[in-house]
Amino acid sequence: MSTSHATGNTGSNTTISPGGLPSRRNTELAMLVFAVLIPVFAYANVGLAVNGEMPAGMLGYGLGLGLMAGVAHLVVRRFAPYADPLMLPIATLLNGLGLVLIWRLDQSERLALRGEGAAAPNQLMWSALGIALFLAVLVFLKDHRILQRYTYISMVVALVLLILPMFFPAVYGAKIWITIGGMSIQPGEFAKIIIAVFFAGYLMVKRDALALASRRFLGLYLPRGRDLGPILVIWALSVLILVFETDLGTSLLFFGLFVVMLYVATERTSWILFGLTLAVVGAVAVASFEPHVQSRVQDWLDPFHTVRETGDVNQPAAAMWAFGSGGILGAGLGQGHSDLIGFAAKSDYIFATVGEELGLTGVMAILLLYGLLVERGIRTALAARDPFGKLLAVGLSAAFAIQVFVVAGGVMALIPLTGMTMPFMAQGGSSVIANWALVAILLKISDTARRPAPAPAPSPDVEMTQVVRS
Amino acid sequence: MSELTLTVMRLGFLAVLWLFVIMTMQVIRSDLFGTRVTQRTARRAEAQRPPQPRQAPQQAARGGRQRRGAPTKLVVTEGSLTGTTVALQGQTITLGRAHDSTIVLDDDYASSRHARIYPDRDGQWIVEDLGSTNGTYLDRTRLTTPTPIPPGAPIRIGKTVIELRK
Repeated sequence: MSTSHATGNTGSNTTISPGGLPSRRNTELAMLVFAVLIPVFAYANVGLAVNGEMPAGMLGYGLGLGLMAGVAHLVVRRFAPYADPLMLPIATLLNGLGLVLIWRLDQSERLALRGEGAAAPNQLMWSALGIALFLAVLVFLKDHRILQRYTYISMVVALVLLILPMFFPAVYGAKIWITIGGMSIQPGEFAKIIIAVFFAGYLMVKRDALALASRRFLGLYLPRGRDLGPILVIWALSVLILVFETDLGTSLLFFGLFVVMLYVATERTSWILFGLTLAVVGAVAVASFEPHVQSRVQDWLDPFHTVRETGDVNQPAAAMWAFGSGGILGAGLGQGHSDLIGFAAKSDYIFATVGEELGLTGVMAILLLYGLLVERGIRTALAARDPFGKLLAVGLSAAFAIQVFVVAGGVMALIPLTGMTMPFMAQGGSSVIANWALVAILLKISDTARRPAPAPAPSPDVEMTQVVRS
Repeated sequence: MSELTLTVMRLGFLAVLWLFVIMTMQVIRSDLFGTRVTQRTARRAEAQRPPQPRQAPQQAARGGRQRRGAPTKLVVTEGSLTGTTVALQGQTITLGRAHDSTIVLDDDYASSRHARIYPDRDGQWIVEDLGSTNGTYLDRTRLTTPTPIPPGAPIRIGKTVIELRK
């Protein structure tokens, strides 16, 4: 009897009781409620603007989103009690807004005439699946360090996923899809998570060799020839992806991810310079002979060339006009004409709808939200104690950031457009599911990182006291 | 729908969106000044506070300690890895700077294969120094032979201190 009391008391005094600590779960709940209300507001706004009445499905949509967010919150409370309080609300908000924007484009008669059916119900289903995977990762991945055991298996799986689309026919000029039983999947979206696991495991082991064995030349640390091997292999691989799958986005994502992680692991600026040089050389070389890439580059350099030459409006030009007509404050939800972009308005070009209907103010807010999500990931990496967790968190955040940059930059004609999806917002099942899994892994790492340090040893005095007390 | 309503909703929506961003910033701001360190000292103080009537039966305490059974986890209490825990499940735990160690020590005073902790046949956990340069200390004595770990005793390797906990 006294023993049980003693241990019980010791527990409450010297280890951490979850209730008394700032696990910030209540903050998360408050932000989550807000994050569900904003898309519902947007939904009502679109309905009023387009049909002049409150949309019929509003209650169902709000409850559905709220239910998914609520379940996710409860599972985080149970399985990752110290996790970052902001990632889940931001992801929920972005996903909810994406659903509203897709639904808004579903209302467009122009798109319906083009034979594009309603995409919002499907997207809602994919979001639900994404959250289910999010929950599964939280529940079944007890510790992110387990992933370290699968370093080289991840490499093989990621390579298979990347190479697989080559054997399927090109869709819209890029081979990034595989089709199984009528369902098309973008394996690249999942490969980005898996390859981050491989890079983290590999660089953790090799970083000393990469960082220390180097010569100093003109103030730069030049790596040894044999240490260049891995970066050259990855570079060659991403160039091959570019050539055979004509997908600049995926190739940029993988090479960029590797360079970022290499830099973080070794703290050597020379890797960045080296990586940028290689990326430019590779991109220019491929663009010089690949017609699909060439036309993208031409659209980027001169978005209006088809308008001038033939009078037809191509997508990049329509997107530029959408951003332009949005102005500072936007046309208002449901009141823009971004459906004129036509094809891919709901997926690659969804950001143009944000630009037109929410204006510069809205675009800034959305980009800030993406930035904040990435910031929380980097913050997690800083707080993580184990090198593998640090590298993995940096890698996942970098993959997310590069993806946002590639697609937002492409739509705004800052860089040549590539077929990538805006994480969480754009139409596309693979993307939503993979990004929810990515956030789940980040949450798991942040749970380990933010878990308070255990109290120092229970001193015999304290222990004894409790026995007396009982 | 009147023009006015739509304009109000349009601006209202942007305002709400930015309000969310600003609230997020507020949460980050309160997060920046990490609560972890202060929390910890507070707790330490609290742990030492529960005061007076405790000097009495040292015997009972020792007895209770013994009966608590085998430790279930290894906790790093000092050093750069502070807060890391490893579940004890009968496997051998290696400590050192080598990257394949169970606990990778990032510490100039640790050897690459510094020490290991393993259970003997009776389930008693043993710590053994693996010929490290700077030694492994159990409490304050430097280890020369494999030694059973008494409950709650700190094991010091360089700047890192670990303990076995129930």
